[in-house]
Amino acid sequence: MAGFDKRVASYEAALAGLSDGMTLAVGGFGLCGIPENLIAQVYRMGVRGLTVVSNNCGVDDFGLGILLKNRQISKVIASYVGENDEFERQLLQGEVQVELTPQGTLAEKLRAGGAGIPAFFTATGFGTPVAEGKDSRRFDGRDYILERAIKADFALVKGWKADPSGNTIYRNTAQNFNPAVATAGAVTVVEVEEIVEMGALDPICVHTPGIYVNRLIQGRFEKRIEKRTVSPT
Amino acid sequence: MSLTREQMAQWIAREIRNGYYVNLGIGIPTLVANYIPPDIDVMLQSENGLLGMGPFPTESEVDPDMINAGKQTVTARAGAAIFSSVESFAMIRGGHVDLTVLGAFEVDVEGNIASWMVPGKLVKGMGGAMDLVAGARNIIVTMTHASKSGESKLLKQCSLPLTGRACIRRVLTDLAYVEVDRGAFVLKQRAPGISVEEIRAKTAGKLIVPDRVPEMAF
Repeated sequence: MAGFDKRVASYEAALAGLSDGMTLAVGGFGLCGIPENLIAQVYRMGVRGLTVVSNNCGVDDFGLGILLKNRQISKVIASYVGENDEFERQLLQGEVQVELTPQGTLAEKLRAGGAGIPAFFTATGFGTPVAEGKDSRRFDGRDYILERAIKADFALVKGWKADPSGNTIYRNTAQNFNPAVATAGAVTVVEVEEIVEMGALDPICVHTPGIYVNRLIQGRFEKRIEKRTVSPT
Repeated sequence: MSLTREQMAQWIAREIRNGYYVNLGIGIPTLVANYIPPDIDVMLQSENGLLGMGPFPTESEVDPDMINAGKQTVTARAGAAIFSSVESFAMIRGGHVDLTVLGAFEVDVEGNIASWMVPGKLVKGMGGAMDLVAGARNIIVTMTHASKSGESKLLKQCSLPLTGRACIRRVLTDLAYVEVDRGAFVLKQRAPGISVEEIRAKTAGKLIVPDRVPEMAF
């Protein structure tokens, strides 16, 4: 058991070794399922010049938005970066670079990065600005572009429950990019709402097997809602 | 009269068949869910990883871990499945979704679509739109026929950066339903009280008008 205990005692320990200029892959969709405490720790560490790979980039005062505001991010690889005034300002000023990537391509880039696939062909983006500078090839009469995989120095993941070996399950749509991100990190750090005993998770329900996880920590989450929408009762 | 947003949604809802898996984009497409007849069973796909999206939650049901691709809080219906973004786009890219409905800025006679970027304006990103148009077999584009200043959005060639090439066959506007076929728009239906002449005047790309163009009924 001891050899498979990935738990760390503090957020400092969770992100030890993270330094300037590194690439971070970060799970979440909007503010749903983001590793909010790990992001806050990156903020506290003050590392700069980061390349961040994430579907979105938070809002002005929460999630990855706090790293932007603190000028810690130099490049963002994302599919959608609206809802963030500070980001728009930095983009227009040329202070941050952005590589807009179709959402499915972004997910597949991370999956491929974690799965030892250096590149893949996809029809997504053929004939659009996304295809510029990329190889293309025709298969069975249809055109595809070659997309490179993404690997990260650190992968930051938010799970629901995990056992000490890092077997992780996600709750509802907070899953999103997290399982793909978990596979793509040289160092994968998972924070969860609850660490349960070995054997407490049903093996057939594990989303992210512990083999992908290097460090694990239990945190408390605000889980901010971006667009609270309710039905009239 | 040109169609209201609600009528456009109503028209599209009639295209949905029992047992369809459907992805609805943001805007008019989202309204379609309100008009699906009760005797038709549909699974709505949300590309953040939900198949079987239900109605918005009540106050007590609100769950920050349960949102749709527009980042709104939602519920899951009975029989729903939840999965990763990788899985979600495998089903989209792999052509498993029966119908995709999305908005656009422009469509042209080659079936090209531009919907995500206006040069000179701030670009927020394409989200899942490029994957959706590349993967879906059956796409309906909804948009106004012409801009507020009267410029046609059905063009010979898109002027804005593309979202996808040669992927659009069906377009519903506030004036007409057209299909893209062999380098032209074919006028299939017109909005109640809208003349063929008006549609022709507001269609910049080649328009083929069959002998009979039925009016939509609501």
